[in-house]
Order: sequence, then structure tokens, then C-alpha cells
Amino acid sequence: MSIPAFATLLERLLFSPGRNAKLALLRQWFETQPDPDRGLGLAAIAGELSFRTAKPGLFRELIATRTDPALFAMSYDYVGDLAETIALLWPDDARANAPPPGLAEVVETLEMAAGAEVPAIIARWLDGLDAGARLALIKLVTGGLRVGASARLAKTALAEWSGQPVNEIEELWHGVPPPYIALFDWLEGRGTRPDPAGVPIFRPLMLAHPLEEADLISLAPGDWAAEWKWDGIRVQLTAVPGGRRLWSRGAEDISASFPEIIQAMDFHAVADGELLVVRDGVVAPFSDLQQRLNRKSPSAKMLADYPVAVRLYDLLFEGGEDLRPLPFDARRARLEAWHARAQPARMDLSALIDFEDFAGLEALRAGARAASMEGLMLKRRDSAYEPGRMRGKWWKWKRGTQNVDAVLMYAQRGHGKRSSFYSDYTFGLWREAEGGEMELVPVGKAYSGFTDQDLLFLDKWVREHTTNRFGPVREVEPGLVLEVEFDAAQRSPRHKSGVAMRFPRIARIRRDKPAVEADRLETLLAMIPGG
Amino acid sequence: MPPHPQTWLRVTPAGLWCEPGDFYIDPSRPVERAIITHGHSDHARPGHSAVLATAETLAVMRVRMGEGRAGITQQALGFGERLDLNGVIVTLRPAGHVLGSAQVVMEWQGARAVVSGDYKRRYDPTCPGFEPVPCDVFVTEATFALPVFTHPPASGEVQKLLDSVALFPGRTHVIGAYSLGKAQRMIAMLRAAGWEAPIYLHGALAPLCALYEEFGVSLGPLLPATVANKSALVGAIVLGPPSAVADKWARRLAEPVLCMASGWMRLRQRAKQGGVELPMVISDHADWPELLATAEDVQAPEIWITHGREDALIHALAGQGILGRALHLVGREEEGE
Ligand SMILES: [Zn+2]
Ligand SMILES: [Zn+2]
Repeated sequence: MSIPAFATLLERLLFSPGRNAKLALLRQWFETQPDPDRGLGLAAIAGELSFRTAKPGLFRELIATRTDPALFAMSYDYVGDLAETIALLWPDDARANAPPPGLAEVVETLEMAAGAEVPAIIARWLDGLDAGARLALIKLVTGGLRVGASARLAKTALAEWSGQPVNEIEELWHGVPPPYIALFDWLEGRGTRPDPAGVPIFRPLMLAHPLEEADLISLAPGDWAAEWKWDGIRVQLTAVPGGRRLWSRGAEDISASFPEIIQAMDFHAVADGELLVVRDGVVAPFSDLQQRLNRKSPSAKMLADYPVAVRLYDLLFEGGEDLRPLPFDARRARLEAWHARAQPARMDLSALIDFEDFAGLEALRAGARAASMEGLMLKRRDSAYEPGRMRGKWWKWKRGTQNVDAVLMYAQRGHGKRSSFYSDYTFGLWREAEGGEMELVPVGKAYSGFTDQDLLFLDKWVREHTTNRFGPVREVEPGLVLEVEFDAAQRSPRHKSGVAMRFPRIARIRRDKPAVEADRLETLLAMIPGG
Repeated sequence: MPPHPQTWLRVTPAGLWCEPGDFYIDPSRPVERAIITHGHSDHARPGHSAVLATAETLAVMRVRMGEGRAGITQQALGFGERLDLNGVIVTLRPAGHVLGSAQVVMEWQGARAVVSGDYKRRYDPTCPGFEPVPCDVFVTEATFALPVFTHPPASGEVQKLLDSVALFPGRTHVIGAYSLGKAQRMIAMLRAAGWEAPIYLHGALAPLCALYEEFGVSLGPLLPATVANKSALVGAIVLGPPSAVADKWARRLAEPVLCMASGWMRLRQRAKQGGVELPMVISDHADWPELLATAEDVQAPEIWITHGREDALIHALAGQGILGRALHLVGREEEGE
């Protein structure tokens, strides 16, 4: 019965807005499903299982021989989604005679089956399932599974269910292939901890807390090392005899997107750094790096136009030696010595900043206007490298933020606890339209920064000033000014306004300010570094 | 040769009008004489002079509209009783839609037309099941007239709810269900599935639940869902009208799981749009297979469609050798379900 059970899990994950609800659903899955089905389900949710055996066209052909074409066309037009239409239209009458397939049966069969047999096999499976399970099967075998649960969430559920720390699970994750039998054996106390030696695995990153001015007073300058916080993406470089990997901070394997980095990892070590686009030694704005993200196989032109490099922060392993228990100063010395010896291409060191006191450091921070610097990092000199966000070990001291006064334009309901509140806000700035009239152009979207009390006010305001509805979205009168704080403005051809904000949030509701006095688009455009 | 129903049953701006009998069926504006199939507001409107319906439907109308507005005179007609209105013989037959819902059977000079109102063919413990009546013209709705609407067995959907209650004992399950029909059917199905605990009701559902009880449909212990007993509602099942469940009212409950019992929940987009966490496909309207089976059961060579998706149904009926015709009645929007 596991495809129907898996379909029920997927459906509930998809519709549950709350994180706790998703965790409970996943825990129940691990608890109640047998091996190897539970591990295969986990792999599918974590995005580790992908088939390319079945293309959507195959399903179109299968359904064409089973439905009236006019009724199919009307149904598809009405439902809008091909997989869902096919799942709903597939005839139910054969179900009594065809048992539902198991998850393992589906996975194993598709790995073995010759292409020509696939349509008949899939048709037989569909005959044994109800509409919800048919949809799950179609999405699974066409690789279109979107479940609203991340790999990280699945691992957290695994940790909660088993009582093992999530970082332990994260660390073993890439060393144990689906269906994770050895992992489950260990989690259920039947087996020993799997040994990932020799396999490139992700080590959970150490993260920093945002520094408030008030925290500074209690810090002694001599205890701290300072370095710039570069505005790229945090990465982990893992090069071991069993392979090389580049990981994002979320444990995603991004090796394929950055082949030049993989090629440069001609060493045996695990390092922590920032991935940046660098031209002639100058770090380019984040928007340049964005061109390279999510491209599975970048063209030669992309590689030439957006050359990447890694600025190294830390060394976690040298050879087989785990340096993480060492204090920061000792690891830094090992990093410098190793870098001087190995001289890896496309990698330099993030320089340490000399400072006498925090006032001097603050002046430095305020003076750094380069867009490629997000601010400063403070690292306790005696701190070991510990996964997660440990208070008092690492601080991030961000550059002062920027803000504009924008006008609320649209609102949408939020997720989780906020699902009945209008808590996602799209706001705009004024610009002159043809004919001299002023018009609002949307410039961004924010769903944080405000207090609970602000939220109540905003929700009520949205309901009372709605002028139009589009599904879950409400359009409101242009009558409320929001002070929007953001980290940086950058050019964006994808936005109608031509500009995008990094991390916008609602700093204040400006009930005192009439909407006509909100900022103009030019004000924001002027904040883009380098014009 | 009996007169074809199109010569004596006409579409007028006020709705379907039986000319020789001089009465309307489910008229959309106030008229002298109206026959009402059932108490939903798109069928039963206030302000008619004389109203004929089942005793149950008349009672529903009084509860929903108040005594004065539910017709100046009310006449009850039981299922199967014959009434002569100017030579037109009128009979009511169960439609299986909600308490009191009836098909209107009209016979005139040897021709027979049946106006079914809204109907379904599934089992419903709160009202008698649909009885097909062979006729020359059958008038049907087409709310779910697309083959994608093949509704699963309702018992499985109720089981989903009970599974969820077991998985999330610290949360309150709040079900959006129409106040006439769906709510009481939901309660009766929960009782049949073994849920014996009190079921909590939004205030808008209480009067009709009481009325169902008066007509002998027993619903078990029902209590008001008020903020005062929020803690009692942890782990409980609460019912409210869909509008209240989607909005502020439900927020005050303990970590609510928003559930919706509706045939529209067959489509994911519908559930997503409504912010529904647990969609339950439970319909009080006929689904696609039921529409086609009914067309066959009533043996009518001609089927008129009041509202819904006419195009697909007309196409499919043509395949069965039946002539379909869209009436485009005004005042019937998409069925809230
Ligand atoms: Zn109705
Ligand atoms: Zn209706």
C-alpha cells in the first residue's frame, strides 16, 4: 500500500502551512512505514531521487487512448495542470483487479525496465491507484515532485523522531545512499553509526549571530578576530579521496554549477569560504553571482563573463585530520600555512583586520561602501568550529541599512501561524507616467520586520481598504506608507521598476505620512551602487 | 400526441414557469405561486405569495428567512402525494440533496417533465435518497459536469479527518461546511464512523441542526463553539460555515487545522486558494458519473440544464443519444458546496 500512503503524506505536506505539522507528518512516516519504502519516500522528499524515465508526453499518450478528446480538452482547460488532469481523468474501473504498487517496486522497476516496456508498466500501476495516488505517481516518475518540505526539514524530522542531533544526521547524509537502511538501523539502535570516511560529505556550518550595539560593550577587543563579511554565498569545499564537492550552506550539492572551482580543488581538505564573482581581483556585486546560481551546466560564455573564486574563511579538515575542535586562532594558522603550501587556484584568504578597539572598527565598517562587503564578522579567538548558530562565538556586524518610504499596494495571506492574516506585503514607489500623472510601481515584497501589533493593524487595514481580489491576493487603496528597510539596492531587469532590494523588511508603519509624500522611484535607483 | 414540455414549461426572467399550472419552480424573484425544490438560498428566495414545498423545506425557509418572508401562504406536500394545479398533476419525489429536497414531477395531458433541483445519488443519512422518475424532459443542474469530478467515497474522506485528529491531538479541527445539508451530513457521518464526543458548532449552524433533530435526524451531542471554552476545543471537532472558517473566527481556536468539506476540494487549486489544510471531497451535488447514470435512469430523450458546466454534459449526452439543452437560468451562480 505504500504508493497510496506516500500520496497521503505528500498531499498533507503540501497543504499544511505549519512547520510543526509537517514535522509531525514526517515523524509518523518514519515510524509507520517499512524499509525500504520509508527511506525511498524520504529520498523523494529530500530531492535525492529522480527519474527521467517517464516524460509528460508518455502520460498524454496513455490518457488519449482512455478518454474522449473533447472532454479531455475541456478538463485540462479547467484544471490547468496536466498531471492533475490525467490523474483525475484516469478511469477507475480497473482498480478492483489491480493491486496498488509499492514505492520500492516503482523505483526498482523503473531502474531496470527497458524504455519500450515503460508505458505498459505505468498504465498497470495507474489502474491500481485512486486519483490522489495517481497524481503522486505521475509527479514522482516525471521528477515533478513539489511537496513543500525541504531536505533540511526532513532531516530535522528524522532527528526529532530518533533523538539524534540533526547535525549528526546532516553529516552522515551524503555518505549513506537511499534508501538509507544503515542510517535507519543506527537511528533505531539496531546498528552502529555508518562510517562516511572517504566519501565527500557535508559538514554543517558554523553560523553567526547578528550583533546589536548593546552587545559590543561587554566584548574585550583582544578576544576577537575581525574580518570582512563578503556578499556572495557561503560555501563548503570538500575534497577527499572519494571525490570533490561544493556545498551551499544548506547542504545542497552545487558542484555542477561551478566546474572551475571543482577543478581547482586539487587537495585533500575541507574548507569554508565565500563564493564570489571576481574580475581582476575586484569582487563584483551579488547580482553578478546570481547569474551563475541554479545553472546546472554553465556555458563557456557564462564561465568567461562571470568568473568565480572562493575567499577562504576557515579550514575544517586537513587531510584526514579534523581541525574543528581547535580554537579559531590555531585553525587560522593552519589555514594560512596550508594555503601557502597548496596554493590552490581561484582561492584567496579572507584577510584579518587589525584593530585597537571597537570604535576604530566601527569607523572602518562605516567607511566600507563597496557593495561586495556586507559588513564585518567578529570571531572569538578561542572558539572551536561548532555547527549551527552558537551565541557568543561568532557575530555578524552588518553595514548600516538603507530605507525608503513606500506605499502598500497588495497584500497576501501568510503561511503557518499567519495563514489567516494578510502578512505578505507588496509596496511601490511613485514615478511619473506618460502624460505627467504620478503612478505607483511595485518595487518589492516584505513579510517581516513588523511587530505582532503592527500585523494586527496591517491585516485590518488591508481588509478595510481592499479594492480588488485576485485569488489569495488583495489589492488595496494607495493610502498607507511603510518605511521599508533593506540591505542593498541592485539593478534588476526582471522587475518592472528595474531595481530589486536585498532583504527588504517593514521597519515602521508611517501612519503619519500621506501616501503622496512617499518616495519616488528615482530615490531608490540612486541607491544602486555604481549608479 | 402529448404536448412537448417546451410548449408548457418555459424559461422566463423569473425562472422556470409552468404555463397551464401558472406556477414557477425556484423563481429568482418574488412571484404569486412558487414551488420550491429545497431550502438553499439560490432556490428558495423570500417574498413569494404562495409557496408549495415539502414540510421540511417550508420549515427550513421559516428558520432561514423568518415567518413573514417565507411566503404569505405555505402549503406542504408530502413525497408521492398528487396535487392538481389547473389540470397539471404535481408530485414531489426525493432528490437526496438536503433535508426536504424534492424533485418536482409535472404531468400535463400525458407528457411528463421532472425538475430535479439540486440532487445527488450518494448515501446521505440525513435525507431520503434520490428516486429516478422516467419522463419526457428531465431538468438537471450541472455543477460538477466534468469528468474530473468523480468524487471518492465520502467515508474515506471522513476517515482522513479522524486520522488527522489522532495525529494532531493538540490542535482543533475546524470544518467548513454549508449550514444547510453539508453540516448535518458531516455530523451524521462522523457519528456513523464512531465519533461520539460532542461536536462544537459555530452559532450560524445551530438553528438548522436543531431543525434536523426536530425532523428526527439525530446528531448526537452538540455544543456551541465559543471562545470561552477554547481549551475544551483542543482535540475537538468544530463545524462552521465556510466563510467563518476561512476568516478571523477560526483563528481564535487552538492551532486550528482548517478543513473543508466540499466537492470543489477535488481540485488542488481550490484547496490551496482557500488556505485549506485538510481538503475533504464530500459533495451534496451529483458528480460526473452520477449525472450520466441519472440521465440513463430517467430515460428522458431530452435533458435541460439549469446551471453549471453545460458544454461537457451536452457533449457526453449526445454520445448517449440524448438531446441536451442549456437553459441559462439567471440567478444561479456557481454552487457553494
Ligand atoms: Zn442546493
Ligand atoms: Zn443550487
